[in-house]
Amino acid sequence: MDNVLKTAEQNLRKNIDLEWYEDQYNTYNKNIKKRVMICAGTGCIASGALKVYAEIQKQCAELNIPVVVEMKEEPQQDSLLLSESGCQGFCQMGPLVTISPDDILYTKVAVKDVTELVEKTLMNGEVIERLLYTDADGTCCKGQNDVPFYSQQTRTILKGCGGVDPASIEEYISQGGYFAARKAISVMADLEICKTMIASGLRGRGGGGFKTGTKWDLTRIQSSEVKYVICNGDEGDPGAFMDRSIMEGNPHAVIEGMMITAKAIGASEGYIYVRAEYPLAVTRLERAIEDAEALGVLGCDLFGTNFDFTVKVMEGAGAFVCGEETALIASIEGKRGMPKPKPPFPAEKGLFGKPTVINNVETLASVPLILNGGVEAYRSVGTEGSPGTKTFALTGHVVNTGLIEVPFGVTLRKIIFDIGGGVTGSDGLKDNSKFKAVQIGGPSGACLTEKDLDLPLDFDSLIGIGAMVGSGGLVVMNTDTCMVKIAKFFMEFTQTESCGKCVLCREGTKQMLSILTDITEGTAKMEDLPVLKELAGAVKKGSLCGLGKTAPNPVLSTLETFYDEIVSHIVDGKCVAEKCAALADPEILADKCIGCRVCKKKCPVDAISGEKKEVHMIDAEKCIKCAACAAACKFEAIVGVGA
Amino acid sequence: MSNKGFVTVDTLKVPIDNERNVLEIIRKGNIDLPTFCYHSELSIYGACRLCVVELNGQSVQASCSIAPKDGMVVKTNTAELREMRKISLELLLANHDNNCTSCSKNSDCKLREISAKVGVESIRYKQNTPKHPIDESAPVTRNPNKCILCGDCVRYCKEVQGIGAIDFAYRGSECVVQPVFGNNMSDVECVYCGQCARVCPTDGINIKSQTNDVWSTLSDGSKTVYAHIAPAVRAAFGEMFNLGPQDDIVGRIVTGLRMLGFDKVYDTSFGADMTVWEEGTECISRIENDGVLPIMTSCCPAWVKYVEHNYHEVLPNLSSCKSPQGMMSSMIKEYHNKEDSIARKDMVTVAIMPCSAKKFEADRPELSKDGFQDTDYVVTTKELGDMFKQAGIDCASLTPSSIDLPLGFKTGGAVLFGNSGGVSEAVLRYVQEKLTGKTNEQIVFDEVRGNEGLREASISIGGKEIRLAIVHGLGNAKKVCEEIKDGVSPYHIVEVMSCPNGCVGGAGQPVPESLDHIIKRKDALYNADATSQLHKPQENIYAASLYEKHVGSVGGHAAHDLFHTTYTPREI
Repeated sequence: MDNVLKTAEQNLRKNIDLEWYEDQYNTYNKNIKKRVMICAGTGCIASGALKVYAEIQKQCAELNIPVVVEMKEEPQQDSLLLSESGCQGFCQMGPLVTISPDDILYTKVAVKDVTELVEKTLMNGEVIERLLYTDADGTCCKGQNDVPFYSQQTRTILKGCGGVDPASIEEYISQGGYFAARKAISVMADLEICKTMIASGLRGRGGGGFKTGTKWDLTRIQSSEVKYVICNGDEGDPGAFMDRSIMEGNPHAVIEGMMITAKAIGASEGYIYVRAEYPLAVTRLERAIEDAEALGVLGCDLFGTNFDFTVKVMEGAGAFVCGEETALIASIEGKRGMPKPKPPFPAEKGLFGKPTVINNVETLASVPLILNGGVEAYRSVGTEGSPGTKTFALTGHVVNTGLIEVPFGVTLRKIIFDIGGGVTGSDGLKDNSKFKAVQIGGPSGACLTEKDLDLPLDFDSLIGIGAMVGSGGLVVMNTDTCMVKIAKFFMEFTQTESCGKCVLCREGTKQMLSILTDITEGTAKMEDLPVLKELAGAVKKGSLCGLGKTAPNPVLSTLETFYDEIVSHIVDGKCVAEKCAALADPEILADKCIGCRVCKKKCPVDAISGEKKEVHMIDAEKCIKCAACAAACKFEAIVGVGA
Repeated sequence: MSNKGFVTVDTLKVPIDNERNVLEIIRKGNIDLPTFCYHSELSIYGACRLCVVELNGQSVQASCSIAPKDGMVVKTNTAELREMRKISLELLLANHDNNCTSCSKNSDCKLREISAKVGVESIRYKQNTPKHPIDESAPVTRNPNKCILCGDCVRYCKEVQGIGAIDFAYRGSECVVQPVFGNNMSDVECVYCGQCARVCPTDGINIKSQTNDVWSTLSDGSKTVYAHIAPAVRAAFGEMFNLGPQDDIVGRIVTGLRMLGFDKVYDTSFGADMTVWEEGTECISRIENDGVLPIMTSCCPAWVKYVEHNYHEVLPNLSSCKSPQGMMSSMIKEYHNKEDSIARKDMVTVAIMPCSAKKFEADRPELSKDGFQDTDYVVTTKELGDMFKQAGIDCASLTPSSIDLPLGFKTGGAVLFGNSGGVSEAVLRYVQEKLTGKTNEQIVFDEVRGNEGLREASISIGGKEIRLAIVHGLGNAKKVCEEIKDGVSPYHIVEVMSCPNGCVGGAGQPVPESLDHIIKRKDALYNADATSQLHKPQENIYAASLYEKHVGSVGGHAAHDLFHTTYTPREI
């Protein structure tokens, strides 16, 4: 009752006592014997994490183990705290279950494992070895810190993501949450916050790498009664899920970052623009906003000042181009998401014509860390020009895939071979000799090879070699990858995602795609290559917005780095990775063919020969790759005859 | 904006004088950088990428999107820029239906013109001729296979007219401009002002031609075919024959029309004089009898349709008068039916108009008598120019002939109907005399002249203050309508024309080079009035005698039957 009264009183004063919540949470926490955290990121949910959660809850109830799922009131002694967390990062090994204080990380946990988990680990403190992660060398890793995938990272932004219950504002506060916002709002002047951000050297994590503090300061100096803060959660690169994970896993950090931004620029309204394909992020953000409002962290007269700030979640319809800030603004305004020429920049004329700061999710989540830890500590990580850490989504032909965070300046070699555990061949087994390339920056990025592996990664070094951090997708590719097809894949993406406004992007991406398609289908000529290169150059230089300006990067980098592979497609009619069906030699596989003669009958040009019940042969000279034979073969014995 | 300093454009130092962007500076330096998507009256769009320049030796940017600053150094003509422009053009052409020889826009297509300008010699890219269906459901036609997606039409409709009947749909190379949900133009709130077609650089949006129908009619011996020429036509028709707006062209058009086979050639200005009589009388009656005020003009068919869609509560404010086209066609058929006993089925009226919406107006079922439309065909200024050219007639070298009487007679006031403010001025000339009962020497009302899109005027007549609003552009009309809706409109008379500066800027006119060009046409009509012998519509003696013989009193029963109409609320 006392608590209720105190909360009501605080809300009246609109001056939330963060320390009180912190103390209360810590007091409650003393009654917790074990904490079980089930990764409820989108990946783990897809592999059944919520069923595991429900099963643990059910079995504990049957065994009369006291379980709490939220710390709203004091739990009974020796309770088990059962939580869903945001993405813990090691998605490939999900569903993940961490148990503290034992420091146990169980991987690939299924419902059938729950009985053993409850009896052995929760009741008797035993470790179930078969659920632990075993690395490629056969070493069994008990806790997160024993797993090379984690131990080689520097997890600051992602620390809370997977480490706290995203649905518990109390836990967020207990870990120091909203203290930075309180400091900014009640103690710091707007100029001071901007100066701190400028000094920290924080650069926008959405791709461009523009200095966050400078952006804020440009908005701060605009004289306008109304200003806005927008969180750009329209993460759209294929394979990228850093922002989604942060929004799902630590939504309060994003809100706190926005509050600090708002104070710095003098805004009282904020929007979080999230693509509708991220329903879990939307739900968790909405819950977080609701909780923050209920506690008086968001709303009017915050922390006893006359500063107001409210946040709304806007769902985007999933257009990649809406990640571009002017297109995003148009979308929030209810217009078609198309970029506008800059200037005017959003800092001068943004949402509804008012000065606006747009920052990426990861950027905003970094802001409280800087205010809490100080500029010096922040700058001690990363490089001079790109301080701090960066999250990446590591995927492709690599042993460990998932969400990682590393300091700027780290090399790709470390990411791929230490954190990622090395390269895999097409059989899925580790074979570092199969490394071919790593694609960084998604559709705006480039393919880097062995020669780039020791380059310290940061915003500027990547631009120097024609790539970019982009939002942070890293796709590792082995020698069975056709680089022309990769370039084509990204061009297909940008071509369909172009808004269609400016000529160079709309028509240029289409024509680049057409030439790349010709190359993979064996119909291109060498004369097409200078046309492709010149077109890519024009689109890069002349397009209206960032989407168009970076769309040719995959093409230009492929032309630069894999020129011979392209030429061999055109001149020799060969795809070295044997991935371009149109260029493959037709072949009947001896181990599959039973000599049924069906294909022979179907072939319109008599290219197939062979006796009954004997392996048939196909004459590559005669074959027109109509694929009629392959369609007729019940044994999948015919390859290399086109689609 | 700034008016200090200079921008160095190639070798020129161009002073900054409140230009909005570097493109305007470059053009001021007489370098004709091509653009598709730049129009001074529309927002900056930055999509065509043709105005790219090298800025301060560093980056390539679209000059339309750069604010001029003192000391800027801009290059417009480097090898790289020339190549980029060529690439942009070739990309557009590779995705364009290049059947230019049979394209209705072939003589004034900007895509062709600019391709030639930037020196396109071949198309290096794969040709993908789009195959979208063509929408010819309305007087404004849409051919997405010709559209280059510059967005001029979309912005004009939204920004100037405040309608938004068309917009972009789909993404990337699938992108098209279309009415909502892919509807036909005939099924949406488009008012057919056709300004989208005026700003369209290609045949992507155009005005549906009726020249073939008129040709057939002219060769049908059983029909008597009458033409009447709208006031604004004379200000622009000569442009197609290398004549200036001030050249007197009407007599030559009359000669040409007779050569084409028209039986009688009249002047819509006669109908405009009658409009002043009817509308002026209606205006006085509303003012004196506490009628619905302000009275709003109903000459502009796009405006009328706009009210029918958007402001049902304002419909009673519209004058019940037919437009000059409506009155004229109605009078022609009535007159020749009575005087010459020609059956209505054997009469064809062809209105020569600066306008696309007049085609819609002509087809309104209420504008008919005995089952025959008052106006059978509307050909635009441009279409008539095409007909002359098809017949091998060089209008410039024709000997002028006299227009047919009595329906070719007009006053200078009627000619002003082609200008924004002109209807008001003609009505004032009439109302002033009728209200005061005295012959007034004042002809020119400077208060209602001007180029602003929304102008206010206050005129004292016989001690009574008459307040007017003169509007062009429907976005401006919206403001006036909202005031009326809210019951706070201060006006007695509101004149609305949908097109820039009135009918002289109509979509049926030859494509003007700029808004200044339209203002020159406007000046030509003021000049035509100034040099007329008669200025006040009430001085049209032929109209007076026709009223006496066939109509009776102004505003009377027969006049209502012939010259007034009704309006239909329409859905959006």
